[in-house]
Amino acid sequence: MTDNINSNSVNDNNGIKPNDINNGIKANNIKFIQGNEACVEGALYAGVDFFAGYPITPSTEIAELLSKRLPEKGGKFIQMEDEIASMCAIIGASLTGHKVMTATSGPGFSLKQEALGYACMAEIPCVIVNVQRGGPSTGNPTHVSQGDINQARWGTHGDHAIIALTASNHQDVFGVTVDAFNLAETYRTPVILLFDEVVGHMREKLIIPEKGELPIVDRLRTSVRKGVDYHPYLPREDGRLPMSDFGAEHRYNVTGLFHDMWGFPSNNPQVVRELLHHLVDKIENNVHTITRYKEHYLEGAEYILISYGSSARSAIHMAKNRRERGEKVGVLELQSIWPFPEAMVREKCANAKAVIVVEMNMGQVMREVKACVDNPSKVFLANRIDNKLINPTNIKTLLRIIQGRGV
Amino acid sequence: MKRTRFVFSGSGGQGVITAGIILAEAAVIHEGMNATQTQSYGAAARGGSTRSDVIISNQPIYYPEVNQANILVCLTQESYINYSSIIRPGGLVLTDSRFVKTTKKVDARQIEVPMYDMVMEKIKKPIVFNICMLGALLGITEFVKPTSLMEVIKATVPKDFIELNQNAFELGMELGALYNE
Amino acid sequence: MAIKDYIRQRYFPQMWCPGCGHGIILNSLLRAVDELGLDKNGIVMTSGIGCSARISGYVDFHSLHTLHGRALAFATGVKLSKPELKLIVPMGDGDALAIGGNHFIHAARRNIDITAIVMNNRIYGMTGGQYSPLSGPGKKATTAPYTTIDNQFDVVDLSIAAGASFVARSTAYHVLECIDILKKAIQHKGFSVVEILSQCPTHYGRKNKEGDAAQMLEFQKNTTAKLDSKALENDPTLIPRGIFVDIDAPEYCEEYDKIVERAMKASQNSKSEQPLVNPLIQQSCVTQ
Repeated sequence: MTDNINSNSVNDNNGIKPNDINNGIKANNIKFIQGNEACVEGALYAGVDFFAGYPITPSTEIAELLSKRLPEKGGKFIQMEDEIASMCAIIGASLTGHKVMTATSGPGFSLKQEALGYACMAEIPCVIVNVQRGGPSTGNPTHVSQGDINQARWGTHGDHAIIALTASNHQDVFGVTVDAFNLAETYRTPVILLFDEVVGHMREKLIIPEKGELPIVDRLRTSVRKGVDYHPYLPREDGRLPMSDFGAEHRYNVTGLFHDMWGFPSNNPQVVRELLHHLVDKIENNVHTITRYKEHYLEGAEYILISYGSSARSAIHMAKNRRERGEKVGVLELQSIWPFPEAMVREKCANAKAVIVVEMNMGQVMREVKACVDNPSKVFLANRIDNKLINPTNIKTLLRIIQGRGV
Repeated sequence: MKRTRFVFSGSGGQGVITAGIILAEAAVIHEGMNATQTQSYGAAARGGSTRSDVIISNQPIYYPEVNQANILVCLTQESYINYSSIIRPGGLVLTDSRFVKTTKKVDARQIEVPMYDMVMEKIKKPIVFNICMLGALLGITEFVKPTSLMEVIKATVPKDFIELNQNAFELGMELGALYNE
Repeated sequence: MAIKDYIRQRYFPQMWCPGCGHGIILNSLLRAVDELGLDKNGIVMTSGIGCSARISGYVDFHSLHTLHGRALAFATGVKLSKPELKLIVPMGDGDALAIGGNHFIHAARRNIDITAIVMNNRIYGMTGGQYSPLSGPGKKATTAPYTTIDNQFDVVDLSIAAGASFVARSTAYHVLECIDILKKAIQHKGFSVVEILSQCPTHYGRKNKEGDAAQMLEFQKNTTAKLDSKALENDPTLIPRGIFVDIDAPEYCEEYDKIVERAMKASQNSKSEQPLVNPLIQQSCVTQ
């Protein structure tokens, strides 16, 4: 019996056996901390040096910890007057050449949507953490939910593409946080980290990788020399757009309006169409490279649980338990939600008798799964929406009904 | 260690959350184990009944909440009433004899220890009640090595408070040792 | 340098209506920058949305044309992350004080080194002439066909109360005064606010029968007076112009530099003294 981990994710320390841990790993690199703290550690590892935020449960620990840690390394932390301003401030700081992040939850994520769209349009690398809590509105600040999946995708107005990553344990929280900064720089885009209250507040082990163990993508800066025309919005052949820091030699315009290769506003239909294609294609065409997932007991699985975040913990717990009894149950754990990994999900689910999406909302990822598998009628939802963590028994009950075995 | 599920319960301010974290941290950092700790957030964290769930195991831990506890610690009557039903058959219930009157016929080993009174008599600082409780727990069964736990305390509390905590921990160990089987 | 060296000629002619005061203010601003001899690479102009906000596209500085009302929040991020840059933030009256009112007072409260210019034409021009928080009562607008009943802010009083360390007012008519005030505002260390009365003949002027651009400029001349002037003493209903506040006060980025210094020192001390301590647990330990 194996707990297979096949992932594009650069970080897979979750598989380390407990007894290996104290051999060769510095004591200072082993932490027992909250998921929110693991996110901070990942961000610092990735090189964050500017954070703007506003207090909101259950994400506040991220701001608290960074207010201490950032100035220690010469970085900057600012508590802004609201969530809108925090999002705007990190965009401004990104333009001066810094790696930037903000963190929020619930209503705060709604407030960030306006400037999130700006970051999509102006192609500003930045990372937005959303530690999901019960909603809509003020909802249930101290309890868990995964109800912001679609808001992450479509919360800001207009056609656009977005990258959203998630994780179910602290080692992966660390890893996807590093990844988020890397993807933000690679694609010049905002990247959303969709965590949840359980992962954010729970404490567990984190092993901080040594410097150099995980790859870090730094800002791609233009090589255009002083005095030569620099086109800030003219993609290279590989689709990437080298940047120039505010304060450096090249002076250019940044706007949320449709704009030409100089960054100057334009409503020329061709300019509009080409820019929108570029904004969507640079991400959607790379879904394969962006896709991150893990397989747990998936080999030969007749019943596949698709899950993510804290609910994946319950799904894996249940699958392990069933496998020990000889039942062919496995888990496909998503770590990238947007762009949705359609091809991968379709392929993994091709031979399953039933696909059960385990999540804490009314079926936001389930709808995506139904839309991409060959037989949508075999897709079921095992959810919980009372802002309590879905437990293995909840999932087992539904599985038995699907199997025709009764509760 | 086989998977062990702890529930620490009491009232806000008694330090049950911190105690759970210290135990789990000792297991993770000094003994190479896996552990998770979760707690109830919200109003309960400010005065009412608080609860901290800790799971320690040498295997990966997925579902992090405790439905049935191997070890239940109750430091108030209210928490005893609320949680004594979640103990696994054959488990251990540790209560403070000043605050909890064990009434239920619980299918577990119930141990009542005058931790609070002894802390007040010998150390005179209620702030270390939780550390004394951890000492008592390890005195009864050595879930982690006492030295591991002390290492965490040393790294966690301000320097001037280490000795105070060490005394409370050792006091608890002595009290717990009386029930060591 | 010649003034045309400060503009992006490729984007001219500009998009403002004939007679608009904003072009005059752009001219005053560029002359102020020129007279100060500032390096173009050291200036970031950040603006929001509206007629006024388009000013950032025409200048040959680093320019950040942002969201309605949010220019100061963006500018705060730019400034704090790279304090050596000079931040100039021109805004319209609705931009700065309606949708952006909260960002405005908080930027002032922090006293962060940014120059905020409120180009006050008392109307939303870009959207076609709706009343703004600076229109005042009894005015006509497309959203006030029966005249406005809303009171207006006094930008100067508001800025002073919010903590701006440099506060001034001028008009599009008083070009030389305006250049002088802008120079002082840009040089000032801290949050500086310059309210510049501007004219919108297309919307405000037409709706409120204030005549053409020339007549509106005349109006600016006749209804304002210099601080401490005889004219103002004789007629207190005139709108005072000049510098109302110019004080030395701790500037945000400089104060944050001290935080960085303290944090670095503290972290070095703690590293040499004891193993890494988790501050969050430490905190909960002390309080519980």
